[in-house]
Amino acid sequence: MQVNEYKPLIVAFCCNWCSYAGADLAGNNRLNYPADVKIIRVPCSCRVNPMFILRAFQRGADGVILCGCHPGDCHYTSGNYYTRRRMALLFSMLDYLGIEKERTRVEWVSAAEGAKFAATMNDFVETVAALGENKRLEDLRCKK
Amino acid sequence: MKRIGVFVCHCGTNIAGTVDVKAVAEAMKHEPGVVFSTDYQYMCSQAGQEMIKAAVKEHRLDGIVVCSCSPRMHEATFRKTAAAAGLNSYMVEIANIREQCSWVHKEMPIGTEKAIILAKAAVAKVSLNAPLTPGESPVTKRALVIGGGIAGIQTALDIADAGFPVDIVETKPTIGGKMAQLDKTFPTLDCAACILTPKMVDVAQNEKIRIFSYSEVTDVKGFVGNFDVTIKRKARYVNETLCTGCGACTEKCPMKKVPNEFNLGMDNRHAVYIPFAQAVPKVATIDPNHCLMLKSGKCGLCSKVCGAGAIDYKAKDEFLEERYGAIVVATGFNPISMEKFDEFAYAQSKDVITSLELERLMNAAGPTGGTLLRPSDHQHPHTIVFVQCVGSRCEACAEKGKEYCSKICCMYTAKHAMLIRDKYPDTDVYVFYIDVRTPGKNFDEFYRRAVEEYGVHYIKGMVGKVTPENGVLKVQGSDLIDNRQLHIDADLVVLAAAIEPDKSARPLATMLTASMDTNDFFTEAHPKLRPVESPTAGVFLSGTCQGPKDIPETVSQAGAAASKVIGLLCKDKLLGNPCVAHSDEMMCNGCSTCEKVCPYGAITYEDKEFRMPDRTTKVRRVAKVNEAVCQGCGACTVACMSGAMDLKGFMNKQIMAEVDAICK
Amino acid sequence: MQEVTRDALLNKALELLKNGTVDRVLGYRVGEFSYDVTPAVFENEDALKKDFCWNSFCGANFSKYLISETAKTEKKLLVFLKPCDSYSFNQLLTEHRFDREKVYAVGVPCGGMLSGKDLREKVESVSDVSVNGDKVTVKTLFDGDLEFDFETLLSDRCKNCKSKKHVAYDELLGEDGEVLDSHRFDEVERLEQMTPDERFAFWQGELSRCIRCNACRDVCPACTCEKCVFDNPNSGVQNKAAADSFEEKMFHIIRAFHVAGRCTDCGECSRVCPQHIPLHLLNRKFIKDINSFYGDYQAGAEVGSRAPIVNYTTDDPEPSEAVERGHGNA
Repeated sequence: MQVNEYKPLIVAFCCNWCSYAGADLAGNNRLNYPADVKIIRVPCSCRVNPMFILRAFQRGADGVILCGCHPGDCHYTSGNYYTRRRMALLFSMLDYLGIEKERTRVEWVSAAEGAKFAATMNDFVETVAALGENKRLEDLRCKK
Repeated sequence: MKRIGVFVCHCGTNIAGTVDVKAVAEAMKHEPGVVFSTDYQYMCSQAGQEMIKAAVKEHRLDGIVVCSCSPRMHEATFRKTAAAAGLNSYMVEIANIREQCSWVHKEMPIGTEKAIILAKAAVAKVSLNAPLTPGESPVTKRALVIGGGIAGIQTALDIADAGFPVDIVETKPTIGGKMAQLDKTFPTLDCAACILTPKMVDVAQNEKIRIFSYSEVTDVKGFVGNFDVTIKRKARYVNETLCTGCGACTEKCPMKKVPNEFNLGMDNRHAVYIPFAQAVPKVATIDPNHCLMLKSGKCGLCSKVCGAGAIDYKAKDEFLEERYGAIVVATGFNPISMEKFDEFAYAQSKDVITSLELERLMNAAGPTGGTLLRPSDHQHPHTIVFVQCVGSRCEACAEKGKEYCSKICCMYTAKHAMLIRDKYPDTDVYVFYIDVRTPGKNFDEFYRRAVEEYGVHYIKGMVGKVTPENGVLKVQGSDLIDNRQLHIDADLVVLAAAIEPDKSARPLATMLTASMDTNDFFTEAHPKLRPVESPTAGVFLSGTCQGPKDIPETVSQAGAAASKVIGLLCKDKLLGNPCVAHSDEMMCNGCSTCEKVCPYGAITYEDKEFRMPDRTTKVRRVAKVNEAVCQGCGACTVACMSGAMDLKGFMNKQIMAEVDAICK
Repeated sequence: MQEVTRDALLNKALELLKNGTVDRVLGYRVGEFSYDVTPAVFENEDALKKDFCWNSFCGANFSKYLISETAKTEKKLLVFLKPCDSYSFNQLLTEHRFDREKVYAVGVPCGGMLSGKDLREKVESVSDVSVNGDKVTVKTLFDGDLEFDFETLLSDRCKNCKSKKHVAYDELLGEDGEVLDSHRFDEVERLEQMTPDERFAFWQGELSRCIRCNACRDVCPACTCEKCVFDNPNSGVQNKAAADSFEEKMFHIIRAFHVAGRCTDCGECSRVCPQHIPLHLLNRKFIKDINSFYGDYQAGAEVGSRAPIVNYTTDDPEPSEAVERGHGNA
């Protein structure tokens, strides 16, 4: 994909059992995606505290994506179900505050879905790049 | 400040081809806490590991970052290296600069830049790492099997065969379960009793196996390796050790009109009874709901005829407490109630029966001695209609049926149809079906024999209504292939009732903190890779409690569960995963939120006394994590508002530090 | 609009003290002016008779006080609960935050409360206020007596009262009311219908006024942590003052998230905000979303209920669909 000068900064939280392994598989298969994506490994998507996401935005991330096992396949049986509720509520709240909803995403990627991982990252980077820099989350206070 | 060493691996050209490894090592030298940084061709090689060990000693390192392949590949390797160098093995972090960097990016400057950022994040994390030690717990070398059907029997035999003691808890007076009620088994048509009862005898004779029949589990405490289980032994009013199973009492008992559960109420038994001739243990049981002596104190006949003096009207429920290393759930299934299926007239006509009732009607030990007779008038039926999927695959009728496929009905219906046609060739047999599902060894061949050799009429379509009229069952159904309505006058209608988990499963799951799906089937730890383990460590699943299964599948799962149990009981000690949740009791509110999301029931609460700054004491409720039970998912850490709950190895501040390092 | 008089409450308190049901009374102490009331614990009859007060300004949610007061002593405490307080009362019980045995709860009907803060902003130099039915007479130092309709002075949160029915009490004074159809989500819906730019502008305007005084947190009966994450150096988000531009937003989002599924919508946060930030609109958004995504749930309606955020079903909406639904696109 071709975006002029601007390079978005993307933080991807990946669960150890499915999505992190899926990302590894994308690597094994040499499936390219932009280097703008930086992965943080967590045991389960349910380990991701909304604070981590807001902190990433606060420190200048342009997009944050959470990847976990498909619903029903969680290594811990129910972790991603909690993730799904928490993130549905959090993302809806961010949207309510007028923050572009495209900057946050949850995607279920299994350990076998290397291709899906790469495709998801390509798509997410493209979407976030099109939005441009994350000003709203960095700059929510009137700077007068 | 920690003294951190960074080791950048070339992985031949795998990494070095797209990442300037020397630049990464150089950049890391300027990170806070890093006192040593270097690169090497193959960090995982003997020489690479020696280099790490030497650097730990020379630079007095207390934290290591290896920039290499995925931690899923070599994290364990480098942890061992650290341990060999005298460091705690959890003071190692891996920056994944191969799978997630050099292999997915093409240009050297981009790859290098990203590798540096990933390395910085790992350095930021390791500088907050704390040494972790896996907890140890002993293993009680005894297993509990809950349920004495074919699943429980096979599991117990296999575990006992490996030399470990096993207890079977069965709620009924005898083991044997549903299989004991069956006549023949598909696809070989051998008789169920001929293959099951020898196994029941094996169980009874095995010195390693104790059978607690007429008993139930009432409480489970503890965790893998050490479950403390309370077993209620219901009073059977017959001394099990004295009773010889002669049956004299059952013959003399004047209360003869008790519906016989073993024959599904199609005949009667006495108030004191032995469920069936091959029962194990073969001892009598007095049914307190019908025994005259127990109800009114007038009778006592059985006591008079018992030569062994085994009758004890004063018996009370007893509670046993036992400790087990592993628990196998084998609680089995039941056909669902047909009461709500008015369209099939099950409640209106005695001649509308379930398939399990048909098994008893065809069984030589059944109420008709094995001759197929209609329950209403004991005449031989000439037209029989089988209805498949009654309550199965029933999305629209969730209040009375089940959404799932019960799996075994297609095959047993083919069996029934075939047996009837074989024994009574003058009988017309119709089978109404949605689909015929026959995946299994020799299953499809079996079904085709029913159609091709035995001339069973298979009709794709459902029965809409069954109306009893003058001793005939008017069956109205649709034939979807010929697209027409069919009207059949049947003598007997057999419903393939959906199967559901036994009602005892839900409370048991709560006791075991094992999870269940919405249908009350036990959930496996992983649907593909750990199908016989429950997500709760030390709890295993055998048979239909996990999902609908036929006998061959049940037996193979029973063996698999046994082998998992044996694998566990072989160990003297269990090493835990040290990356578990931990609650800071100074900050804990005791609000029980974390407990609700824990899939393992690892969190309990206790009232704890705290010294306050003004020298008073205050008692507060605080959470406690059982580290042997916690699997380290972290669900609780996010549920916890105060942040008292944190996950070792993935602490809030560690992840936050990674975020900060990446977003700098 | 007082449905039960001060004397009724005082007599009940005296009776319960006398017959030994309770040893202490949580009530209001009268201040300089009638609109100037302070929550206080009365230890004896004399103190009660002297200072106990109950009027249309006694709006504070008493439930939160029970945590610290019941921890102090073994003595039994009398608390007066308005219907909205009783929801918080139950929620705190669900979370094991105080010992029910140490509390005797008397339900008091509520016809809506006035806000001293709002009144002083509307009318200058108020010297006294008296309520007669649906009329309020405000005495002023310089402008004489002014008369208002009770409705016009009603505090904001009471305009959308969700329930006049108590969900917890040991004893009830007067008549209990009904759960109301409150239209409390109208304002949330209005915001949802705006464009993202308008919503952003709205919230930037509101939240940029935040001075991080923590009044919203300190009054909130759901914010009862032993130590708040925002005060904890290990949390990575501790901060007293705004260190950078995102700080307030982060604070309010996280605060709302932490009380999601636990917030009973008592409205105390907005009532106490010195900057008039409509903080309840954040909490109500979560309540509205929870209701629409996972089915109606009212925190505190019953003790021991499991909040949707610590629960799940296997067919919950995905976050992406939820966001769409969240602003009424579906």
